[in-house]
Order: sequence, then structure tokens, then C-alpha cells
Amino acid sequence: MRRYSVFAVAREAMRAHKGWEAQWTSPEPRSAYDVIIVGAGGHGLGAAYYLAKEHGITNVAVIEKGWLGGGNTGRNTTIIRSNYLYEESMDIYEHSLKLWEGLSQDLNYNVMYSPRGVMMLSHNTHDMQSFKRHINANRLYGIDNEWLTPEQAKAYVPPLDIAKTARYPINGAALQRRGGTARHDAVAWGYARAASDRGVHIIQNCEVTGIRRGPNGQVLGVETSKGFIGAKKIGVSAAGHSSVVMEMAGVRVPLHSTPLQALVSEPLKPIFPCVVMSNTVHAYISQSDKGELVIGAGTDQYNSYSQTGGLQIITHTLDAICELFPIFRRVKMMRQWGGITDNTPDRSPIQGVTPVPGLFVNCGWGTGGFKATPGSANLFAHLIAKGEPHRLAAGLTLDRFRTGRLIDEAAAAAVAH
Amino acid sequence: MLLIHCPYCEEDRSELEFRWAGEAHIARPENISAISDEEFAEYFFLRNNEKGLTYERWRHIHGCGRFFNAARDTVSDRFLTTYKAGMPKQLLPETGASEKTVETYEATEGDAR
Repeated sequence: MRRYSVFAVAREAMRAHKGWEAQWTSPEPRSAYDVIIVGAGGHGLGAAYYLAKEHGITNVAVIEKGWLGGGNTGRNTTIIRSNYLYEESMDIYEHSLKLWEGLSQDLNYNVMYSPRGVMMLSHNTHDMQSFKRHINANRLYGIDNEWLTPEQAKAYVPPLDIAKTARYPINGAALQRRGGTARHDAVAWGYARAASDRGVHIIQNCEVTGIRRGPNGQVLGVETSKGFIGAKKIGVSAAGHSSVVMEMAGVRVPLHSTPLQALVSEPLKPIFPCVVMSNTVHAYISQSDKGELVIGAGTDQYNSYSQTGGLQIITHTLDAICELFPIFRRVKMMRQWGGITDNTPDRSPIQGVTPVPGLFVNCGWGTGGFKATPGSANLFAHLIAKGEPHRLAAGLTLDRFRTGRLIDEAAAAAVAH
Repeated sequence: MLLIHCPYCEEDRSELEFRWAGEAHIARPENISAISDEEFAEYFFLRNNEKGLTYERWRHIHGCGRFFNAARDTVSDRFLTTYKAGMPKQLLPETGASEKTVETYEATEGDAR
């Protein structure tokens, strides 16, 4: 792999950009691998990368039904933060945030991580008490999060309406300054390039149709649209389709899949300096480096695998945004789409072993999986390599729904879903 | 937004009047304190989450207020039938999930009913 650098750009500028090589290869699958990962999103590609980099396991295939990064990795609103309430959550999201900080250098790929701050608006006494509880829990755990008065919030986000006569008055806000955004496509591409460079096979347009198991129940490999591919270990990281893939191995997981929508406006000049979300009135907005306002809407109430969603869901969030930021009332929306999120009963992810030997699962990230990408991938690689969870992910087991040790993380969605 | 036929009101009404209420035909164990942890997890947390034909409960919360059951395709979101609570599962042929997800509103507009 030729490294990207200012010298590479200069060299290619001199010769009409004819020397750039493909970022990853698209090989035909081998008959067997040491590890197969189902799903080439950020979590799956990242896990393959860390398997190769940190655990020396390079005979790995990442199998993807569609195209690389075409699921939720390319459909989210790109928000990164770690201001969760419980230790199990703070552990994994803070691990992730620390990896975000060095990810571009690690991958030699600009993922455009931008710690511009994530602000959560408080509208009433309940919000204030809840946010201050989160702030205190975070600070005691060494995670930055601070309380702002309405005036301080306005100074940080000038378009914000803090008038007492506003329809949704604000009595303060919580701000995590290290939170921010990153370019989601670049995350998938960067991991794919770095993994491919270390010998990982990325097999796109290849759907897993079954999981073959041996006499003792252990996994033998996967049936795919390109034939059977053997593996002693299989990691399922299939987001909204995790139930479908796990069912192939006879494992039921406590998930329900719902569409989550997002939309972007026409591009504007830089006007919105950070990420703002309001749980109470469901507003969720930031501005991309291209200039589009990126707006996250809610989930539909019913199970669905249609990557669309109801119009009333997006109008609801636009109502709130127009009230909080009157300056945006005449902005035109340009595109809208949906992704299928896999939600657990306690709104915390599942990462761990399963009752099937050799089968590992990473799912249930629900509406907040993007921010966890590097951390989740890193710990999932550890799980697959060692056969047992890393200390930081030890609480995220599938077994917790039997033992009752739930992680009831109301902050998992910073806006109510 | 979906149009949903309430079997009690016998009318097609907007989804805004309804609340989704999870998978249908799950029987609460007769003696819940006697079952094992595995059985409780199965009853309380584990769901089918089908891609394709699914049976689910809805409540006409801003209408008659009653619960009823529905059979729906989770790929197209199309309702196949709705029926009153307490009626047996309305067995429909499993068509299998079509891989083609519905990308536009126009594509489903014609058969929303």
C-alpha cells in the first residue's frame, strides 16, 4: 500500500494523477478462512483490521451482502460522543472516542474527525436534573462534560433561540467538547484499505444465506451466494439484519429492527459550529463540512426492514428545529433516507459469545452505533481472537437478558426514540 | 405514514391514531414465578423480528382504544390483514422476504390499503 501524504499528492500532481492505486482489492473468496466477519460496515471492517493489526490474524474475510459501508455506516448522522451514564457504556464509548482521536493517523486515512462539541439542550427541571446527573457521573469517571447556562449555550451556538418567550424555552445545556463528527464513508473506506493491505479479503455482493454447523454444534462456515466458505470462527456484525443472520445459526437475539431517518439540507456557508440535540422536543442537528445541515429524525414505532420511514417522523423533528433555530425556517431540505437500526430492550449493545461455539455477535447498537465504530471494532476483534470479551466490553453479553443484569441506558439515544 | 384498518371501528385510519404494541400471540406463562431464567428471557425479551411476514399487536389508542392483531410484511410495510384480539392467528402463506426494499413513497402508494 502506498501511503497517503503531502508528497504523494505532489508526486501525483506532477503526473496527472495516474499513479493512485485501488484502495482495496476485491478477491474471489478462498475455500476457508480462520475468521469470517458477516457485514462490511465500519464495525465489521474495523474488527477485521484490528484482528490483523493487534492479534496477527490475517486469514480473515469480511462478507457483505451489498456494498461496503452501504448500510448504517453510510446512513447515520456521524455524531461522536461518550457522555453516557453507566460505567459499562462509558467504558466502551470512551474507549471509542480515544481511538477516534488518533484514527486518521492510525489508518493513514483522513476520517475528518472534528471535535466540535456536542450540546444537549435542557428545557425543563427534569432535563436539568438528568443532565447534571450525567455530567457528574461522566466527570467522576474522567470524561469531559459540562453544564452551560442559556447565555453560555447561545455564545457557543449563535443561531440558538434562548428567548424566554420561545415556544421551547431553554434553561441550560450539557456540552461535551471532545464530542463531534467524522466523515462516515471515510471510516469504512479507511478501515477497508488498511485491512486489505494486511491481507484481509473484503467480499462484496455476496450474501450469507446460511450458517453451517458441525456435529457438536460448532460453526463450520457460511453458505453464501458465492458458495460455501469455511471458517472456525464467525463474527456477526450485521446491524439491522443481525436477527436474520443469527437465526441461521438457530440463535434468537432480543432485537427489534426499525427504520431511523436522517435528512440533509441544501449546502449553506458555515453557520452551525457544533452538534445540538434536544431530547425533549426531538431536534438533532449539525452542519457537515460540505455545508449541509445534517438532521437526525426518529425511529418509526413498528418493526420494519424498509429503508425508508414515515413522513410524520421527519416533519416532527423539523418542527422542533424551526422553533429552536428560527434562522433555518426557510432552508430547503435536499435528501432524506432511512437505515435499519437493531434495538435491544435495554438500549445497550450486545457484544459477546453465543450459545453456538465459534459464533460471536456484535449487534444491538440501535440508533447510536457510528460513534462506537472504532471501540466496538477493536473490542470485537479481541473477543474473536481470544474467545472471551475484553474487560471494557464484559458487561455487554447476550446472557444479560437471562441473568437480568441489564444496562438500562436511557442516554443511548440522546433523543427519544 | 401507514393507513391501518381497525377491525373494531371497521375503518382505515391514519397511523397517528395507533400505537405499535409488539409481537402478537405471546402467551404469558401461567405461573411466572415457577419458570426458569431461560424461559423468562424467552417470554420477556426474545422476539422473532421477522424479515417478511410478521404478526404484531396494535392499539387504536386515539380511536376506540382497543388492542388488535395484524399480519404485515416488514419489507414493504404492507398490512396483509388485521383481526380482533383473541382470534386465532390468521395463517397466511409465507411469501419470504423479498430482498428488494421499498425505496420511495410512490412505490407503495398504490397498495397502501
